[in-house]
Amino acid sequence: MAEINNTELVDFAVTARKYKTLLTTKYLQRKVWTEPNPQEIISYIPGTIVKIFVTEGQSVKKGEALLLLEAMKMQNRVKMPFDGTVRKINVGEGDKIAKNTLLIEIA
Amino acid sequence: MSSLEQDILELQEKRAIVELGGGEKAIEKQKELGKLTARERIVALLDTGSFHEYDMFVEHEERNFGMDKKVLAGDGVITGTGSIFGSPVCIFAQDFTVMGGSLGLKHARKITKIMDHALKMKIPCVGINDSGGARIQEGIGALAGYGEIFYRNTMASGVIPQISVILGPCAGGAVYSPALTDFVFVVENISKMFITGPNVIESVLGEKISQEDLGGARVHAEITGNAHFYAKTEQECFEQIKTLISLIPRNNTQKAIKAAPIAPTFRKEIADIIPSDPKQPYDVRDIIRSLTDGSGFLEVHELFAPNIVVGFARIDGETIGFVANQPLYLAGVLDCDASDKAARFIRYCDSFNIPIVTLEDMPGYLPGVDQEHAGVIRHGAKVLYAYSEATVPKITVILRKAYGGGYIAMNSRHLGADFVFALPSAEIAVMGPEGAANIIFAKEIKEAADPNAMRAEKVKEYVDKFANPFVAASKGYIDAVVEPAEIRSQLLHALELAKMKDDQRPAKKHGIPPF
Repeated sequence: MAEINNTELVDFAVTARKYKTLLTTKYLQRKVWTEPNPQEIISYIPGTIVKIFVTEGQSVKKGEALLLLEAMKMQNRVKMPFDGTVRKINVGEGDKIAKNTLLIEIA
Repeated sequence: MSSLEQDILELQEKRAIVELGGGEKAIEKQKELGKLTARERIVALLDTGSFHEYDMFVEHEERNFGMDKKVLAGDGVITGTGSIFGSPVCIFAQDFTVMGGSLGLKHARKITKIMDHALKMKIPCVGINDSGGARIQEGIGALAGYGEIFYRNTMASGVIPQISVILGPCAGGAVYSPALTDFVFVVENISKMFITGPNVIESVLGEKISQEDLGGARVHAEITGNAHFYAKTEQECFEQIKTLISLIPRNNTQKAIKAAPIAPTFRKEIADIIPSDPKQPYDVRDIIRSLTDGSGFLEVHELFAPNIVVGFARIDGETIGFVANQPLYLAGVLDCDASDKAARFIRYCDSFNIPIVTLEDMPGYLPGVDQEHAGVIRHGAKVLYAYSEATVPKITVILRKAYGGGYIAMNSRHLGADFVFALPSAEIAVMGPEGAANIIFAKEIKEAADPNAMRAEKVKEYVDKFANPFVAASKGYIDAVVEPAEIRSQLLHALELAKMKDDQRPAKKHGIPPF
């Protein structure tokens, strides 16, 4: 039989009351939600950056392609969400990236 | 020598060849990995001398890629029948020493044949998985084989118990047969399950992860919930399987075989286990053990979502399924995983005629963006569905907290519970006293000269008036307020009364549970 490793009782708030209890590994490893920043282009799928169409400082219209992200044998065009400028490009062509990677910062 | 004697000798030689599987070298490699061979596993699990092998001389029919020159012993899988504590079972074990236990069409057909046999004979089917995956040389034939197994897993679901034992790699499509079965057993350092392995992940993403960290036994037992039982060794795993088989019926038309009743041996009064302060934790498994025959309890999903405890035990010799909130972990809240875990277990008990005893002590659902976004509504609904749908005897004992949605979900009278008991320490209310006081007396608290003092006063007022079992008792929502020492006798009586329970559901093809 196996044991769960966490053995320290903590105060755990459920509604307006705090309970003494142990936490689970999965709870401790959970992703904490952060508000999405519209000025950050984040990868929604893991894959390879095949081509980057823009350069830093460039003005881009809403809907224009920023880069090509190949994932699961499919080439996805990542598009500009609003009219603006490319502030910083954090990836290069050929990079393999995970999901939720910050690709491009825009303003 | 007569010709029959000659034939017998030849048979023995042929058997010996097949029994050697992939040969001595491959067996040596298997041993180096710390694993038993497929044949040793069957022998270790079944009653001594009970194994009867089928389809020993089945051969594959692949003619491409040089496969026409390859002879594979038993086509990489051993199938047959035997018994566990005298109960008949069908069994198959993939043999990793034979071409990595890879699954070709004939290998799959041996498995589907023994599954068909189990379903027709209405006996449990145990599958031991140890395979590199699809036999690529056989191409679509291997895919067909997997599909035919999945179809049978689904047909047999809820009719005969299906048990999967992962004793090696189980990757790609192969994982879905275990996922469709009732109980999955894993062993530390031996079991590996994933859809895409570390190599694919590294080539696609550049992320390096070990097989163990990606889909090892612990990951599936604790994080994903794919595995229901976790053991340190293969032998411990086989003991777990035997105990499980002894507790469940052979099929959905039977009751589990009754054992001789024995009194609980765990000697601690329930009143001494539960702290009176509702904020203090205790191990609800101590309550279970103080109620069950010989204080036995086979916990299912021990490591996964430990904030709810589920498992099998006996009361008066009969198998009972326990579902209990566990204040020791996450204060015993219901969250996505705990809901999934409980709902699945309740449906298992209902399919196999096992009465359900629910022990309730929970403060509500786990708050948080991660829970809401993970679908706590959809998952939480599974608990309501499973309890409402179940027609086996359903008994609830409210030990302490029963607040809000949690009160309804944990087999309340409103969902069709047959018996609901509460300890005098029970708090059955729409929410915890602090939360309720903050809402109901918001104005008084805000306008008071000393809001904190007013809040404390109003909380106390709420506790005195509502945080008890007597409001619910006055409405008939609970049948009896009982003393801790009376719980076992109440359960014995209720279970006896419910033996002939006949609860019908409207005719339907099947419901639409919130999957």
